[in-house]
Amino acid sequence: MSLIELENVKKVYRVGEIEVFALNGVTLNIDQGEMVAIMGPSGSGKSTLMNILGCLDVPTSGSYRIEGDEVGTWGDNRLAKTRNERIGFVFQTYNLLPRLTALDNVELALLYGRRGSTKPQARAALAAVGLSDREGHKPAELSGGQQQRVGIARALVKDPVLLLADEPTGNLDSHSSIEIMAMLQRLNREQGRTVIIVTHEPDIAEHTQRAITIKDGLVVSDVRIENPRIAVPSEGVSA
Amino acid sequence: MSILALLRTAWFSIGSNKLRTGLTLLGMIIGVAAVISLMAIGRGSQNTITERIESLGSDLLFVRPTSTGGSIFGGGGDSDDLTIDDAVALLDPVFAPSVAAVAPEIQTNGQIVAADADTFASILGVTSDYFPVRNFTIDLGQAITPAHVLNGSRVAVLGSQISETLYGSRDPVGQTIRINQKVFTVIGVMDSKGAGEDNRVLVPITTAANRLTSNRTADGSINVQTINVKATSGGTVDAAEAEITTLLRLRHEVTDEDDFLITNQQETLDTLNETNETFALFLGAIAGISLLVGGIGIMNIMLVSVTERTREIGIRKALGAKRVDILYQFVLEALLLSIAGGGLGVAIGAVLVRLSNGRNIAGQDVETVFSTDIALLALGVSAVIGLFFGIYPAARASRLHPIEALRHD
Ligand SMILES: Nc1ncnc2c1ncn2[C@@H]1O[C@H](COP(=O)(O)OP(=O)(O)OP(=O)(O)O)[C@@H](O)[C@H]1O
Ligand SMILES: [Mg+2]
Repeated sequence: MSLIELENVKKVYRVGEIEVFALNGVTLNIDQGEMVAIMGPSGSGKSTLMNILGCLDVPTSGSYRIEGDEVGTWGDNRLAKTRNERIGFVFQTYNLLPRLTALDNVELALLYGRRGSTKPQARAALAAVGLSDREGHKPAELSGGQQQRVGIARALVKDPVLLLADEPTGNLDSHSSIEIMAMLQRLNREQGRTVIIVTHEPDIAEHTQRAITIKDGLVVSDVRIENPRIAVPSEGVSA
Repeated sequence: MSILALLRTAWFSIGSNKLRTGLTLLGMIIGVAAVISLMAIGRGSQNTITERIESLGSDLLFVRPTSTGGSIFGGGGDSDDLTIDDAVALLDPVFAPSVAAVAPEIQTNGQIVAADADTFASILGVTSDYFPVRNFTIDLGQAITPAHVLNGSRVAVLGSQISETLYGSRDPVGQTIRINQKVFTVIGVMDSKGAGEDNRVLVPITTAANRLTSNRTADGSINVQTINVKATSGGTVDAAEAEITTLLRLRHEVTDEDDFLITNQQETLDTLNETNETFALFLGAIAGISLLVGGIGIMNIMLVSVTERTREIGIRKALGAKRVDILYQFVLEALLLSIAGGGLGVAIGAVLVRLSNGRNIAGQDVETVFSTDIALLALGVSAVIGLFFGIYPAARASRLHPIEALRHD
């Protein structure tokens, strides 16, 4: 059994009289511990797919199973619980709360789960992305790369099985991009986390083990990458 | 999400826009402060009136003619009227054992002229018993005696306010005044009884009947406007009322409708309490309206806040917030706003009450009473209003779709 199993998943948006097939029958398995890139032209349905994988949205038809559980039958609360406990989501635009400090932003993910000592966990997650010295900073006081690292810390703090990143480097320069990729690679390799990244850039995709290409809501290619590039952030500079 | 975390979150978002929060609070504050101070004035005046009535004595009854006879300002001479003879008859120990004392009273009014001042006042023709029955006490000189009544003496006892108007701080005892052109000698001044009771001149009832009015019945008795009756105790007021009714019906040969009306202090108190309740209801309505306005203000600001924070809601949902988490967060914010507004309103109201108590406002000594039950009620109503007006915006927030909320900017 794969971690993720998609079978003929369709997502239809209605815009007035017209039906838009954002996903038009996607069938796909992703195993525990894989690092996958999803590529494709703009409007091909990548984000729609990620949102469904992340339980932020549900398919119009078809089947989506996580660890064998059929997501389509879940109610709102079960979806929310899964988002909180099993999935970490990293956004292109970071989506941090501007009024909260880095530490509070990370802690936010812990607030909606079962109670526990939350501050130390949040601190540890920030330390893991190398931002211990920025705990008290608001997002506006951080660079783009640093903000995305806070975003990753927030996605990781609940120790999810599945890490989803929709164009995590889309707003970053190449240096910061490599840094983020190094971080994601480490999470995949050292902690065995399943990582799925949406990207437009082929050289970002080369850091993964598998590249899935989507076009017009359909998977058009699914290739294994024999020798993934290892991201090595340049020394002495911190994003 | 734990209560503590919810509270912290709500508190944080309220605190992050201080001006807006302040303005929203103002609506609640003004409403609640108005309620508190209005009710304090209401209760204060109720206290004042109750005290005044109770100071007269709860054992007091008033017998008055119903207006089937002549006007109360003399004339008439109808056999239905109350007379001095009726008053004397009420002292009968067989027919009216519960009556301790009676004080008939003739009421008129007129010009009072002293050596170098004059005034207009109500003039009461009374007997010597009037003073103990109505609890009037003498400050200077003496009261009206039975001999004065018997002789129809031209003597007058002044209310404290009249004395001051006519003589300032000088002693008026022994001075000569003219009441409606008739010469009287001042024999005493009464202690102050409070507003309305001090602007009067008391003369012997016989003098009033003979010289100041033409209050005569066909058979030569004297008409009176009121018979003040003191019962033997506070507990015998009802018995006294029954005895007086029987006696007067006999004397007036009443066949169907009574030609007199008996009121007692308890009834007066009850009427006043009723009036006060109506007043309270009225104030309550005003209070309700102002709180409603405050509540609508809260709802308005909550709706704006939900729209502004759509993206935040999306983020929270993406991180695993359930619908109820979002619902509680926004309801709690509305509740905090309304309770804070209510609390501050109570505090400001309490200060206003404190400041105005005992002050002389527009010639009236205002008594205000801060009541804890009203304060608690106002707080409770504030909370309910916060809940009521907070639920709709909160429900709207909780129903947002995570993806659509995240796309919002
Ligand atoms: N809420 C919506 N209502 C209507 N149509 C939608 C909605 N969301 C997405 N779509 C449509 O679905 C299709 C896929 O959109 P999606 O956002 O998944 O594309 P994408 O591959 O992520 O593109 P990009 O690379 O630009 O991010 C597009 O044609 C888009 O117009
Ligand atoms: Mg996209």
